[in-house]
Formats: sequence, C-alpha cells, structure tokens
Amino acid sequence: MNPTDLALQLWPAAASATAVETDWLILAFTVLTLLLTVPVFVAITWFAIRYRQGEEADRSHGNTRSVLIEISWMLIPFLLTLIFFVWGARLFFISKQVPGDAMVVEAIGRQWMWKFQHPTGQSEINDLHLPIGQPIKIRMISQDVIHNLYLPALRMQMATLPDRYTEMWFKADRTGSYRLYCSEYCGTDHSKMDGNLTLMTQADYAAWLQNAGAQQGGQAGAGRAIYESYGCGTCHDPGAKVRAPSLAGLYGSEVKLADGRTVTADETYLRDKILNPNRQKLAADYKQVMPAFRNVIPNDDLDRLVSYLKSGRATAQQDASP
Amino acid sequence: MTSGTVTDGAALREPHTPDSRLGHGADYLHAEHTLRSWFFTTDHKRIALLYLASITAFFVIGAVTAGLVRLALVVPNGQVFTNDTYNKLFTIHGVVMVWFFLIPSIPATFGNFLIPLMIGARDLAFPKLNLASWYVFMTGAFFTLVSVVLGGVDTGWTFYTPLSTAFSNTWVVPALIGVTIVGFSSILTGLNFVVTIHTMRAPGMTWFRLPIFVWTHYATSLIFLLATPVITVALILLIAERAFHIGVFDPAYGGDPVLFQHLFWFYSHPAVYIMVLPGMGVISEIVPAFAQKKLFGYKFVAYAAIGLASVTFFVWGHHMFVNGQSDFASVAFSVLSFAVAVPSAVKVYNWTATIHKGSLKLDTPMLYAMGYIGLFVLGGLTGLYLATLAINQHVHATYFVVAHFHYIMVGGTVLAFLGGLHFWWPKITGRMYIEAWGRISAFLIFIGFNVTFFPQFILGYLGMPRRYHVYPPEFQFLNILSSAGSTILAVGYIFPMVYLVYSIWFGKRAQANPWDARGLEWTVPSPPPAHNFLTEPVAPKVPYDYPIQARETGRQHS
Repeated sequence: MNPTDLALQLWPAAASATAVETDWLILAFTVLTLLLTVPVFVAITWFAIRYRQGEEADRSHGNTRSVLIEISWMLIPFLLTLIFFVWGARLFFISKQVPGDAMVVEAIGRQWMWKFQHPTGQSEINDLHLPIGQPIKIRMISQDVIHNLYLPALRMQMATLPDRYTEMWFKADRTGSYRLYCSEYCGTDHSKMDGNLTLMTQADYAAWLQNAGAQQGGQAGAGRAIYESYGCGTCHDPGAKVRAPSLAGLYGSEVKLADGRTVTADETYLRDKILNPNRQKLAADYKQVMPAFRNVIPNDDLDRLVSYLKSGRATAQQDASP
Repeated sequence: MTSGTVTDGAALREPHTPDSRLGHGADYLHAEHTLRSWFFTTDHKRIALLYLASITAFFVIGAVTAGLVRLALVVPNGQVFTNDTYNKLFTIHGVVMVWFFLIPSIPATFGNFLIPLMIGARDLAFPKLNLASWYVFMTGAFFTLVSVVLGGVDTGWTFYTPLSTAFSNTWVVPALIGVTIVGFSSILTGLNFVVTIHTMRAPGMTWFRLPIFVWTHYATSLIFLLATPVITVALILLIAERAFHIGVFDPAYGGDPVLFQHLFWFYSHPAVYIMVLPGMGVISEIVPAFAQKKLFGYKFVAYAAIGLASVTFFVWGHHMFVNGQSDFASVAFSVLSFAVAVPSAVKVYNWTATIHKGSLKLDTPMLYAMGYIGLFVLGGLTGLYLATLAINQHVHATYFVVAHFHYIMVGGTVLAFLGGLHFWWPKITGRMYIEAWGRISAFLIFIGFNVTFFPQFILGYLGMPRRYHVYPPEFQFLNILSSAGSTILAVGYIFPMVYLVYSIWFGKRAQANPWDARGLEWTVPSPPPAHNFLTEPVAPKVPYDYPIQARETGRQHS
C-alpha cells in the first residue's frame, strides 16, 4: 500500500510484531484511562445538574471516612497504571537486546538528508529498502546536529548523535512502503528530511541489491539531495536572495570570467569552483561571496554533486521548484 | 472602622494623608493617578496589574504566532511560508508562551495580588524587590523582542545543542540573554513569596488555615528557587559556547550535546509544575466557592502540592528515552514519572468530591474550573502514556507530545488563568463583567480547544513528527480540522479581552464579596484599599468555612 493513497487515516500501519504489541499496549492503556476518567466526567456533570443551586436535593452528609477514601484513590489508580509501566519496560528491553544474527545497516544523518549503507556496500539517500523476516540493526551517527531516525510503521525511533554511535533493531514481518522521518528538530529543512521505508521479501531484496536499485536514479539523483543539504540553492536558485550565477545548463557552456578570459565549464571547473571559489575564475559581473568547500564536502558527495550539475536536471528541477 | 490601624503603615509614607480620604474611594486604583505612581509603585496589587498588562501582550504575540503556524499547516506542501519563517514562528510561539506568559502568568499576577490579601498582610515581604522583579522581567523581554525584531530565532524553544550553538544562523544570543534574565525575575518572585508566607501571616493564620492557593504558590516558589538557577547556568554555558567557542556541549570542541538536554529538562520539567501548581490553586478556590461547600480533603490537597513540587525534580529523564541516555536511567525515570499520578489524582478526586452534594452555581469561573478538570485529567493521563517506555519510542517528538502538553498548559494553566481572572476580576477592578458573555466565551474556548488539540493526539500516533512545515498529504484532513478549531479558540480568547476591558469603565460596581466566597480577600472592599485591610484581619478558624461541610473523620483541622 502506498502511504499517500489515503486522505484520512486513523490508525497507522504496523509492520512488525513489536509494532502490533505496542498498539495493544496503548489500546489497553486507553481502556484503563476511560475507566478512570469517565466516572469523573460523569460525576462532575451529574453533580452539576443534581446539586445545582435551587434544586431540591439531599445535601446532608454522614461521617466520611476520608483518610480511607484518600488513600484508596491515591493508590488504586497508581497500582493499575504500574501494570503498563511493566509492560512498556518489557517491550523496551526487548528493543534493546539485539540478536547476534542481525543484519547491520549503517545510517548517517546530516542537515538535511539520510544516507543508508547496506552490508553489501550499496548505499541510498533518504530511502531505505530492507528485507522482512530478518533481524536488522541500524547503527547510526550524525555528521552535524542531533537528528532522530523515526520509523512509525515499526513504532521505533532513535536519536543520531554527532559524537557517538546509537542503534536500534527490529524484525519486520509485513512488506510495503512506509514513511521514515527525522523527528528531532534539526534546522531549516527538518521537515524535508524524510523518505520511504520499503520492506520487501528476502528474494526481492536480493534482486533489488543486484539490480543496483540502490543507486536510486544514479549518482545524479543522489546529487540533488546533496545540492539541497549543502544549501547551494540558497544562493544559486533563481529568485534567491543572494545573487549568484544560475547553475541551470552551466555544464559545457562558455563562461566569461571577471578577468576577461573565457573558459568552458567542464568537470574540473565545477570541482574547482566548489572546493575553492576564491582562487580565480570568478564569473564576470559577480562578487566573490561563496565559501570554500574544501575539507567540508567529502569526495563521494562531491562526485554526486558534480554528476547532478552535469546531468542537466538542474534546469528542470529548478524550474519546477516553487 | 478604627482609623488607627489603617494609618499605621500609611503614616510612615504619607504623613499628610487627610483622614477624609481613608476608606472613601482611596482604593489602590484611585489612590494616585500619575504614571509615576504606576511605574514606581511598590504596592503588590499595582505590580500585579503591571504584570497582567505585560503578560497579556505576550499572550497576544504567542497566540498570533500560533495562529500563523496553524495557517501554514492547512496545506501539506509548505507553500504559505518559507521553512525558515515557519521555524522562527514556532520558536517565537514557544519561547514567548513558556517564559513570558505561562511561567509568570498566575504567580506574578494573581499570586502577587492575592497572597498578601489571603494571609492578612499589608504587602509582600520585600515590596521594592517585587517591583524590581517586574523590571528584570521587562529587561529580559526586551532582549528577546530585540532578537525577534532583528530577524528571529529558529532553534525551537528547547535550544538543543549543537544546533543552537554551532549551526543556527539566527539571533540566538539575544534570545538566550533574554530568557536568562527572565529567570532572575522568577527567582526574586519566588523568594518574596516564600519569605512572605513564612513571616507575614496574620495572627491566627496557621499553616493549615491557609487557602490552597497559598499552599500551591509556596510549592511553586520552592521550584522557582531550586530549579531556575540550573537553567540560568545552562543558558550561560550555551551563550559562552556560541559566542566564545567554549566547549561544553558541542562535540567539535570536546563537549557533550546530551548534557545540555539533562540541564535543560532538570529545570524545564519542574517548570511544568511552575505552570500547573498555581492553576491547581486557582481551581481549589473556585470549586468550593461555587459549590458553597468546604474543600474536600484539605490537608491531602495541601500536601499533594508539596508532593508534586518534590517528585517533579526526579522525572526530567522522561524527555530523553530515545535521546541516548542509558537504558537503566530510562527505566528509573519511567517509574518515577508514574508516581506523579498519585498527587495529581488526589487533586482531581478531591475537587470532584467537593462538588458532590454541594449547592452549585454554574457561573463563568466555575465553567472554566469544570473545563479545567476535564482537560487536565486527559492531559495528565496521556502524560502516563508518554512515560511508558514502549509507547514513548513511537510517539516521542510527534504531535502526540504537542497535544499532551497543550492539554496541560492550555487546558490546564490557561483555563485556570481565565477562571481566576473572572473569579477575582470584581475584586481587582471593582467591576462586574457581563455574565452571559463570560459563559459564551468559556464554552467557545472549551470547544475550540478540543477541536484544535484532540486531532493532534491522532496525528501523533499516526506518526506525524512535530515542527514539520512540510508533511505527508495523508495528514492534511486532521491538520485542517485542528486549524479550524484554532479559529474557534481565537474567538473565545478575543471575547474576554473585549468585555473585560469594557467592564472597567461600564461594568456594574462589584460588592466586596459578589460570589459569597470565603477567604480574607473577600472581606475587604472591591477594589481593595491601598493598604489592604481597614481593620486587623481575623483568620477564620477553619479554611473554606462554607455553609455545607462534609463531616470528615480520621483527622482534624488545627
């Protein structure tokens, strides 16, 4: 089922046994909540009608054993709710005991994208494909601020921290396409740091790895996410506040430089301009304001970003973006 | 009237007060008319009104930004604002509502106005410090508003590191300076209340004759004094790291980002009770007055206030179950959080028992109080859902949390604030508002609130993360419902602002005790004289000495 099929949803899809048990836990807790609150609401409403000023009613009081009453309404609801503490803690501990045979997927969070790497080496951006019927451990870290990998269909989330690895594990049992989010507020495009979790049978997963589906539209597709995550568009998109040359159709074109020379915007030119825009080669009619990305952008990202700029998709994407 | 007792204090300051002014219209509102007499007053009642005007202005700022957030969320694709603007809007909403409205709301206005009247004192223990605390508050507000005017802040009210120290490109430092300064105003107010309640009770006003309102403010003041310094330290470290790269929280400088969360919640969880306890005090005054019946279980309700103020210091870790704290800590914080249910249940069941066999008047303050009880119960119990580890792993940082804390803070604190405002309005202004309008707005707020926030519980369980400007289309229907509810809520808020202000000039004059309520504040004229009591106040032998009394056995009042 595609998550976007429904205009109104009232219960989230559950894709693991733990998710189903979490649902039972909250449903049972809701029953207790109703048992504790409905009598109070009914009593307040009934008293408000029955004992309204001017209504004939018996307002005489016998001796009330108030200490007994107070102790009982302090302890009985508390002890009942403790059942749910124990149940919740049990599920929590299960979610912390990673089985030895779990498949390990690496996740890196950064402003504002997810990068996942499969044990066989393939990686993907923002989307995650995983097999069902197999324990999976996601080992994660952040490159900048705190993020939080949230997989609602599995009722699981865990923070990614910039200084140490965290992990979560689960064993999914239902195929389908589900959402994944960053749930810890992380800056400008926090709400765009989401993607799809696709759960597949083990055979489909193996086939998907083989067919390089993991490349996700190739280097260029991933490059778009990198273009966004480094905030390139803040200056280079049409209509941006800071005036910078448009990158649409740049690759292969002749660029007039400030010192009067004309060069061809080839791959080397793109790389140089990203890594060290100060050196020379300033485009005519522009001021030098761009920061250098040397030692900032890792090589693999730079490859993808250049592929994206080369692909010519920069034009279409930029025209389409609001 | 014995003019001797009146002039005891007055004589020191105003040796030439003509006798004819005493007891005749020389109430605190009309004693002096100059601007100077307002901005340099040391009268706790006037300072309460300075606070009331300031926090109302902040409430408007917070409410308008909330309205803009709800407007943006009508569409899922984030086309109304840029992402940066949206992030700044919810940050301003959070910062202003938490630090400039909710925390000072009831203590700084009603607490200031009523504690001396309720305990039979002429003023707070340190009147000049009281005025200073308002100036400190406004100084903090100035810095925070400067950061908004310069371009805003986008860190969220929680200021999590390293986003706030190393990555945000907005005006974080002035906002942090503002919030740090405001903390000192809380500390000064808390100190003033604690000393006042200990030393300035009228003869015969023993601890167990104090109104619950005073008990809850005593408990709140303890939190002000013990928790606020921690956030002050944390925020100063944050400023030092952002401005001077001193590595405390940012791992790039050898810091630990989770440490900030521990310090932040060590204050900010108790701060929830700074917001909730005074509201419980208000409700504990309103319910007996409108049931004409003695508060049920007085001593238990009083101890519950102290109990809540104590337990709340040991539960901060429940904000961090999935943030990388140790599993053992998470389990300990989970079970401790369940313990909060005990004193909370005491309050709710005792209010309900107070209504039982009372003689009920369903006037505006009582409608707010009944709404409060319902919403507080739902807010409190969903808090237990969040304290349950396995449920928290799913709904942490989703709209479920947003709905939960709005049930506590709007359904709880704001409703109690409005209930208290309507209850003590005749005492504060000497005027009656139009009752029918009061009831209509109480209904609108209750309905509007539920339509706004109940769908957010469902959104959260479906998995919609909070602070999302762009969201998946399947969540749109519930978001539209929530935004529609917020327009009803907005109308409910605007009504009281209009009819209450109208009543100041055109309302019927109020008697000393229009609700036939008990408590020393109702024994003085409305509005009270500048020096509070015309005759020496006499403490009642029993608190809440209403006509209907349940005979409770097993303990006795002192």
